[in-house]
Amino acid sequence: MTTITKNKATDQFLENIAYFSNFQELRNESLAFLKNTGLPHSKEEEYKFTQISKKIEQNISTFLAADKISISAELIKSNLFEGFEGDVVVFNNGLFIEELSSISSPGYTLSKLSDSNSELLGSVAKIENDPFVALNNLSFEDGIHIKTEKGKKVEKPILFLYFNQANQGQIIQPRVLIEVAENSEVTFIENTVSQDEETYFSNTVVEVKVAQNAHAYYYRLQNENRKAISVTNFATDIHRYATFTSVALQLQADMLRNNLTLNLLDKGCVGNMYGLYLLNGKTHVDNHTNVDHTKPNSDSNELYKGILTDSARGVFNGKIFVRQDAQKTNAFQQNNNILLSENAIINTKPQLEIWADDVKCSHGCTTGQLDEEALFYLQARGIGKEQARGLLLYAVAGEVLEQIAYEPFKAYCIQLVEDRLGSSF
Amino acid sequence: MSKDNQILEELTSKDYEHGWSVDMEVDEAATGLNEDIIKWISAKKEEPQWLLEWRLKAFKTWQEMKEPDWANVTYPKIDLQALKYYSAPKKSNKPKSLDEIDPELLQIYERLGISLNEQKKLQGIAVDAVLDSVSVGTTFKHTLSKLGIVFCSFSEAVKEHPELVKKYLGSVVPITDNYYAALNSAVFSDGSFCYIPAGVRCPMELSTYFRINAANTGQFERTLIVAEESSYVSYLEGCTAPQRDENQLHAAVVEIYAAKHAEVKYSTVQNWFPGDKNGKGGIYNFVTKRGICAGDYSKISWTQVETGSAVTWKYPSCILKGDHSIGEFYSVAVTNNYQQADTGTKMIHIGKNTKSRIVSKGISAGKSQNSYRGQVQVMKRATNARNFSQCDSLLMGDRCGAHTFPYIDIQNPTAKVEHEATTSKIGEDQLFYCNQRGIATEDAVALIVNGYAKEVLNQLPMEFAVEAQKLLALTLEGSVG
Repeated sequence: MTTITKNKATDQFLENIAYFSNFQELRNESLAFLKNTGLPHSKEEEYKFTQISKKIEQNISTFLAADKISISAELIKSNLFEGFEGDVVVFNNGLFIEELSSISSPGYTLSKLSDSNSELLGSVAKIENDPFVALNNLSFEDGIHIKTEKGKKVEKPILFLYFNQANQGQIIQPRVLIEVAENSEVTFIENTVSQDEETYFSNTVVEVKVAQNAHAYYYRLQNENRKAISVTNFATDIHRYATFTSVALQLQADMLRNNLTLNLLDKGCVGNMYGLYLLNGKTHVDNHTNVDHTKPNSDSNELYKGILTDSARGVFNGKIFVRQDAQKTNAFQQNNNILLSENAIINTKPQLEIWADDVKCSHGCTTGQLDEEALFYLQARGIGKEQARGLLLYAVAGEVLEQIAYEPFKAYCIQLVEDRLGSSF
Repeated sequence: MSKDNQILEELTSKDYEHGWSVDMEVDEAATGLNEDIIKWISAKKEEPQWLLEWRLKAFKTWQEMKEPDWANVTYPKIDLQALKYYSAPKKSNKPKSLDEIDPELLQIYERLGISLNEQKKLQGIAVDAVLDSVSVGTTFKHTLSKLGIVFCSFSEAVKEHPELVKKYLGSVVPITDNYYAALNSAVFSDGSFCYIPAGVRCPMELSTYFRINAANTGQFERTLIVAEESSYVSYLEGCTAPQRDENQLHAAVVEIYAAKHAEVKYSTVQNWFPGDKNGKGGIYNFVTKRGICAGDYSKISWTQVETGSAVTWKYPSCILKGDHSIGEFYSVAVTNNYQQADTGTKMIHIGKNTKSRIVSKGISAGKSQNSYRGQVQVMKRATNARNFSQCDSLLMGDRCGAHTFPYIDIQNPTAKVEHEATTSKIGEDQLFYCNQRGIATEDAVALIVNGYAKEVLNQLPMEFAVEAQKLLALTLEGSVG
């Protein structure tokens, strides 16, 4: 067992992780930061309910980058959902594989981070926000840099396919940088495929800059194996009149932690965050979202829903900041949870911090179970109990799935949710 | 500058009405905090050995604790060694009737509108007035004692009902609870003790007024309320304090124990000196208040109107242990100028079919910061727990802040928990509507704020509701810019 948290043998842990010679400045800064703070321990407010460091200490014996696995064209093909047309970007244990990817659509370019040397790297996802950003900064091998062309719409979605498999739970650290140029539009879909049932730890950082008048959509599916441990820091800078929409669907893993940060940097920007977690077994999912309104007239909408059974645990923390200059802000946040079993736990903390007076902000949060009367209503009309339950649960989930604008992916997610609700709930 | 801003200016520059202090001879402890001081306080109060040991144990615990830093407030570090931990008006003999009380003292109460005489009697309030640390007068004692109700100062209770104090002291707020509770346990000077025997419905509102007077004296009150089976009591606590330049610390502990079918209603109007309009001075109010619904069908209800203090850090909580027990929290917190308030509640559902309700209304004006921090926890065996929380914030002016930190932790699938929060300012259309009908802006604001806070003010006993409404109007009239 390697100790990774603060006040313990941090230095020893840091000596045992992989180092690469590029991006020296970023890595040095992150090393200094990590030496000082370590990874978060359970007493820290942000990680109070998700003892991810303990989980990692117990399950991960080596922090070296995971060895590459063999991925065939057939494997990729078998993991595309029905009706998908578009470019596929393939990652082998977090590392981009050009030969297996198909990048042909007009309207954008893709390069390796080591080639692009973008100054933007590390400026959107800040190390102060989460020590796992520093860990990724310190030891990611390489990543990708996507740039859209000004005024162009990338017609077909871009699919990120992550194939993960690690021995002794090695570390997988994908790194993605996306620049959505002025007046352009693009849709991304992300799916992670666990290649076996063994433990791995993936620590992802995605940075997105959405320039003026641009629109970006990011759909993410996390349906990994039951031993997968994953931390994602997803940070977005949104500029004037730009919109960014995220839809996240979480179905399975051992422990998932997602930090989604939306920085609304200018007037009239819109940030949307939707999430659905449908958990069974011992899956632990933690969604921390953070919206920062800094300038007037921007909007944010957030809807996260959860259905939990068995010994699953859901954690939700939604922060909304409205700065002094951000007058006329509209910020809405909603978190609804349904607990179906005795051992399921939900910890939720919807948090508002407001320094401007001319704003409309609200949050709502509910935890409960299915409405007995609604069940009875359906049963009285000849619908069996199981079916009625499924119907009602699906109605809960549907509201989030509706937000996916790309039809084939929506259909795929609906199928996954239906299967899940039909089987184990 | 608009007219509204002028009104705001006038109001906020108004001096604190209750700000004055009366020179009196006081009996004080030496400055600083150590075991000897605690022994000195204990000896001074002629306390039994077990209580001294309890204090010393609390002191040891406290020494190992760190000052909490999680609250959303900032203030200069308090030098606890620079404080005096005991201050009492010098009196050789204990007063037996009001005549014996220092006329200067009585004058203070008169200026505050509190009288310990016939007037109060007519209003049906028994007042246990606390000036600095020692209880100086208790009325209605006889009426209450006929019913078996004990309502006296804490030190008196220690002497006369040691078995009750020993049984319940620290049972709801243990000495290990938090930094300030531990400190209070070690050095508490006095406070109120209230015991309602089984089956008794207390015929009047019990009330105690706290005042801080001597400079450089931390105020460490300890209140203990025990309601036996099927009893009922409504307890009122109100605060005003004279103007001071230095920050003063107030770290009180309130414990409530409710047995089967018992009901306790605890209402507070807090108006400690908030500091002047530049944020200078003011009271630090770090209070631990907690009640336990120990028996089935018991009920504890907290109502608070918080308008004072430079920094407030206060979370009246309910532990709903008995089945079918009910916890309630109603709060209006107003901050102005440079005030900071981090307040809220904890509802811990342990028993079956427990219910809780939280209504919190925050109003921030000037450059103040107002935070709601609350927790609703449903334990695993708390089947059919029900909670409804509502926390609204009203912002007046663009330099203030309103923050909400609700924690909702559910471990039982039958729980139904709802939480709602909104933040907004007074609607211009609402003001316009009132103006149109001939209501001046200033009156309209008072009207709207009153309506906004009504849900909470309605929970206050009559006498308090009037006082609270006045306070609200005084603090906020015309502060919409």
